[in-house]
Amino acid sequence: MYESVSADFYDEMYSQDGDVRPAYKQIESWISKQPKGGLKQIAHDAEETFRRLGITFAVYGSTDAVERLIPFDIIPRIISASEWRRLERGIEQRVRALNAFLHDIYHRQEIIKAGRIPEELILKNAAFCPEMVGANPARDIYSHIIGIDLVRVAENEFYVLEDNLRTPSGVSYMIEDREAMMRLVPELFSRYRVAPVEDYPENLRRTLRSVSPPSCKGEPVIVVLTPGIYNSAFFEHSFLADEMGVELCQGGDLYVEDGFVYMRTTQKPKRVDVIYRRVDDEYLDPLTFNPDSTLGVPGLFSVYRAGNVTIVNAPGTGIADDKAVYTYVPQIIEFYTGERPILNNVQTFNCTNEDERSYVLDNLEELVVKEVHGSGGYGMLVGPASTKKQRADFARRIKDRPSNYIVQPTLALSTCPTYVEKGIAPRHVDLRPFVLCGEDVKITPGGLTRVALKKGSLVVNSSQGGGTKDTWVLED
Amino acid sequence: MLGRTASNLFWISRFMERAENMARMLDVGYRVSLTPSLDSGHREQWESTLRAAGIAEAFAERFQTAEVAQICDFMLFDSDNAASVYSCLSSARNNARAVRTAITSEMWESINTTWLEFSDIKPSRDITSDIPRLVDWVKRNTAQFRGTMLNTLLRTDGYSFSQLGAFIERADNTARILDVKYYVLLPRAELVGSNLDMSQWSTILRAASAHRSYKHAYRDRFKAWNIAEFLILRREMPRSLAHCYGWITSTLDDLESYYGNRYECHELCQRVNDTLRQSDMDLIFQEGLHEFLTNFIASNNSLAMNIAEDYNFY
Repeated sequence: MYESVSADFYDEMYSQDGDVRPAYKQIESWISKQPKGGLKQIAHDAEETFRRLGITFAVYGSTDAVERLIPFDIIPRIISASEWRRLERGIEQRVRALNAFLHDIYHRQEIIKAGRIPEELILKNAAFCPEMVGANPARDIYSHIIGIDLVRVAENEFYVLEDNLRTPSGVSYMIEDREAMMRLVPELFSRYRVAPVEDYPENLRRTLRSVSPPSCKGEPVIVVLTPGIYNSAFFEHSFLADEMGVELCQGGDLYVEDGFVYMRTTQKPKRVDVIYRRVDDEYLDPLTFNPDSTLGVPGLFSVYRAGNVTIVNAPGTGIADDKAVYTYVPQIIEFYTGERPILNNVQTFNCTNEDERSYVLDNLEELVVKEVHGSGGYGMLVGPASTKKQRADFARRIKDRPSNYIVQPTLALSTCPTYVEKGIAPRHVDLRPFVLCGEDVKITPGGLTRVALKKGSLVVNSSQGGGTKDTWVLED
Repeated sequence: MLGRTASNLFWISRFMERAENMARMLDVGYRVSLTPSLDSGHREQWESTLRAAGIAEAFAERFQTAEVAQICDFMLFDSDNAASVYSCLSSARNNARAVRTAITSEMWESINTTWLEFSDIKPSRDITSDIPRLVDWVKRNTAQFRGTMLNTLLRTDGYSFSQLGAFIERADNTARILDVKYYVLLPRAELVGSNLDMSQWSTILRAASAHRSYKHAYRDRFKAWNIAEFLILRREMPRSLAHCYGWITSTLDDLESYYGNRYECHELCQRVNDTLRQSDMDLIFQEGLHEFLTNFIASNNSLAMNIAEDYNFY
């Protein structure tokens, strides 16, 4: 290794005394047997492949190339079978509870009546969607496609950093990273039994199929709805449509007539039953939400309310992954499942509480501040890596609008050996497993490991220069 | 299939074909400018090349003079020129990106690699010395795209739409080259009688990649009459109007049997195809070559519009 493992962090490959953890033994020996320049060549080949295939994302506000590659790291991240079983149980418990919560919030609101969550936190929340009150989605499922962001801080200690119940992205990288690994280093796969991930698109199709609207008899027509080629995740939209063998539509391809949604085709219009939309709620239907939107389909929401089309994920799911509601997820799990949460939340300070706020303001250097409605690593302060000026700036903003921020301790994200310019070095990682909720709950073994490529950085978002790793869940 | 997808497939092929034609016309213009000339021949040649490419006006608006380097840059790299190779490849790729699910991964890789390589090209200061290399590169890459499409794309409606785009563009291009160049050369041909300026006349054929195949077809030196016939009526010549319409007709027939519907575009195509089949050069010259080609170009445009309307392009 070019840099040694830090004693302050759990390393995925090496224990504190420098021993290689059992799951990584074969990887370590493979790396050590690489000829000089071998890893560099593989990394180079990987980048070439991704560029040629056009596996790119767009960075908003950047003036150079519209499309960039997400750096791909060739050293996989490995999760043992037993570790995965526990994560899987925790994730399933969590997503079932969150879907039950959404149903309750948009119907009887028992959890508010029971005093387990403050009324104003829900009803006055910008993510609460009044138009959804009383709507009845197929199978009572609101969020069908979910990404749960996890971080590890110790051997058996994982935390949920955030839930993504709106339109989580990244699943195409999970699949393409595996594809790249199998192409570049096939010999590694003969030394491990790695759980496959490539059946995700088929499982997604089945999930979408299982939630077709009651009015649909026969085989449902499924489409993916994208904002278009300039969207940051367009590659993923077209990838998923392609892998499922369904049409990739833009708003203009669909229209509403006589209570149903139709596609414009070269021949007769075709009725659409299930829309996997990658367009945000407010742009879905200019008649119901943002009237200036040209990305959506006028009248779509009324068809949805009438039960003649399924929108996946349902509008209004943002109330369940709102950063302010996040703090209540343990209570939400207990309320709807009667069980203790298997996966823990990260301790979160509430800045509207005076004591907590003054603690936060005194200790900004050790804390992470996030905007309640921010995402993608924008608008956040990582205390240990911040300047005095940035801290003063955030302190002022917190005092001005305390409810706009949540604050958490800086987590000691685990590190994983990563190939960087000068060799192999430990870099911080997180993990986003992908969950499908339809007829049943399916969790693809593994998920997307994101890695902060800058030394010492704890921000793994691709928009902030993060990369990805193939993630292996080992089978017993 | 979505009407938008059909439209995108049509235009991907059309833009790729146009990029290739643009490169070929530039090649010819450049070649002529290298040969010694008696009078103001160069200027006229470039002028006609720009007109054949349909960009003479756009060029005149931007530039006062017609320097060779300017013309080359305008035809290859100028992003404000909607018909430049740059614009064609960029539009083709954006269209392909939007319909990745409707094309094969091999087609996408071909078009994406072409675009990435082209946007990496840094022309040297003296762009003219790069012309042969750049033109070859464009021809090779567009041919590779077409080959990849023929080898991998399912023979369904999408394939038909992409064929229509390619052959409508090609027919338009051949007709325009012939129309424009012929009139530059014809007065001169009369002056020197039957003793044609070989290098000048060969440019028409070169612009259609046909100067060698002409020899095989006619075993004769270049004659104005034969050249016109070769590019209009000879079905075996893959850029001739007759060949293009043979292809377009059978493609529209495929769509008819695929969808079970016949439209206005089928009727129009049939009329154009019949005209080409029933014509001979005597008839065409009687009517006037220019009039014949002008009518053809107009019908070809109408056909493109009819197809768009009949199959709900948007």
